[in-house]
Amino acid sequence: MSTVIEVRNVGKSYGGVVANKDISLDVKSGGITGLIGPNGSGKTTLFNSIVGYHPIDSGSIKFEDREISKMNVQEIARLGLLRTFQQTRIYGAMNCVENMLISLPHRKMSLMDSFNRNTRADYDRADQLLEFVGLYEKRFLRSGSLSFGQQKLLEFAMALMNEPSCLLLDEPTAGINPTLINGLIDRLKRANSEFGITLFIIEHNMRVIMNMADHIYCLAHGEMLAEGAPEQIQNDQRVIDAYLGAH
Amino acid sequence: MTALRYLLYAVLLVITVLAPFIFPDFRTQLATLWLMIIVALTWDMTGGQMGYNSLGNIFFYGTGMYVAAVIAIGLVYDVGVYTSASGGGINEFTPVQYFAGIGLGMLGAGLFCAACAIVIGYITFGLRGPYFAIGTLGVAIAAGELVSNWDWVGGGQGITLPVYPADLDEGKLFFYYVFAIIGVVLFIFLKWLYSTRFGAAINAIRDDEEKAEAMGIHTMRYKLTAWALAAFFVGLVGAISAFQLISFEPLETAYQTINLGIFMVVCVLLGGKGTLWGPVVGAILFHLFKEITWNYLLGWQWVALGALIVVTVVYFQDGLMGWLMHRKPGWFGIRIDEGSDGARK
Repeated sequence: MSTVIEVRNVGKSYGGVVANKDISLDVKSGGITGLIGPNGSGKTTLFNSIVGYHPIDSGSIKFEDREISKMNVQEIARLGLLRTFQQTRIYGAMNCVENMLISLPHRKMSLMDSFNRNTRADYDRADQLLEFVGLYEKRFLRSGSLSFGQQKLLEFAMALMNEPSCLLLDEPTAGINPTLINGLIDRLKRANSEFGITLFIIEHNMRVIMNMADHIYCLAHGEMLAEGAPEQIQNDQRVIDAYLGAH
Repeated sequence: MTALRYLLYAVLLVITVLAPFIFPDFRTQLATLWLMIIVALTWDMTGGQMGYNSLGNIFFYGTGMYVAAVIAIGLVYDVGVYTSASGGGINEFTPVQYFAGIGLGMLGAGLFCAACAIVIGYITFGLRGPYFAIGTLGVAIAAGELVSNWDWVGGGQGITLPVYPADLDEGKLFFYYVFAIIGVVLFIFLKWLYSTRFGAAINAIRDDEEKAEAMGIHTMRYKLTAWALAAFFVGLVGAISAFQLISFEPLETAYQTINLGIFMVVCVLLGGKGTLWGPVVGAILFHLFKEITWNYLLGWQWVALGALIVVTVVYFQDGLMGWLMHRKPGWFGIRIDEGSDGARK
């Protein structure tokens, strides 16, 4: 498996607070990579660094062999590296279908293309993906009136609409009704296997991440604590200590 | 439903064409009403549809006036000589020169203002929320002061253009129709624009710009294009206003930040921002309110206007169309999920 995201010795601090220190990791193409760690361990900071949300202090980040640590958010998104937010972000005043249509990939769209209307194929694709996440029945509802879990599913469908090659998910199951979590895991796995999208997931729910990921990185206090297959991580004493606060 | 809609449009178009004959005494008033509608619609392109509340759109109005005047004069005379002799006799224009001046002046004003929007936008679109409003207001005020100190374009005296080269009543009719045509074209243009992907993209910027960026939307490109299109139309009406008013000066007429510059915002707020009809309805209501208070409450007209702004901003933020949408979402094709927790928020 080739490497999609290659993070090398990345450091990031906010004033005196070191959020990430000398982080290196690889996200393999076509796989599901997990990123865990206690609260405040620097997971979201690392995500933000990768997608260009803020500049990094040191190190290098490559996406498909291209250095992206100096690019801005839009440029990186147009390369096909997309993220979802911990606090779900959708366009609340629009209905689900409109949310989906706005998420069409803009990487090839010229200014002139933007003066066209959406095609039949675009609507069909929006419907298919809404069906895929189970929101087809609610597609004409104002998205802001959906429940939080449904908004998360919508955000996931919007990300798929954008046809990314790699998707960074920040706590996809946080705040979701436990009965819906199994359905979401299943859909994430299918997005990975059927659409061929590489997933890189931050997750607090151990059952979820151990179930899905084929490789897991664990951060603590801004540093890389451990990495390995789910079984290794589960039995790693350092990881257990970090979570139980023995550090 | 569609048939009814087309009938409604047809009726409105007939009213537009016949209005100056039904109310022959109010031709200039009706032209001004179209001006209000146009500046309200263009303000809403960025303020309502894109979420960038500009207080500086009046910059394009004033700049449009000056560019058109300079072009029209420059076709016939040396601009510096003409302005320094203001009222001194050299303002003979043949009808051909006059209308060529209007045509080329409008075109030049529109294009120049669009170019200005791109340059100013490139700098000011880094500002968000109230900072963008203040930044753009600063641009408009600074432009007024700069122009009033620029003797080549008449300085604080402004410019006096030639009068309409025929019967003055015919002139009123002419200006009414020019405004009306720009207004109708703008309305149709916006109706189309808001139905394209471009319309969806600027709505996305309004609703959550950070999300739009994270989805790879070319946010800067869309913001600049939207503002440039708005500026083009404001430049056009600025140009035609210059000829309609004949004489104009920089601070009170051209870069009138506290009058038209604010009125256009109030029109949109009154009618409902982010809707196609809101600015139109708001401009009509506002213009009626303004003319009635100016006629019957003279001396208190600014107080009444201030009270209207306060009431609108405090109690009626979504405007008339927004209030209707909230009350009757079904009329606008909006559906709410009554059963879920989001609906109760």
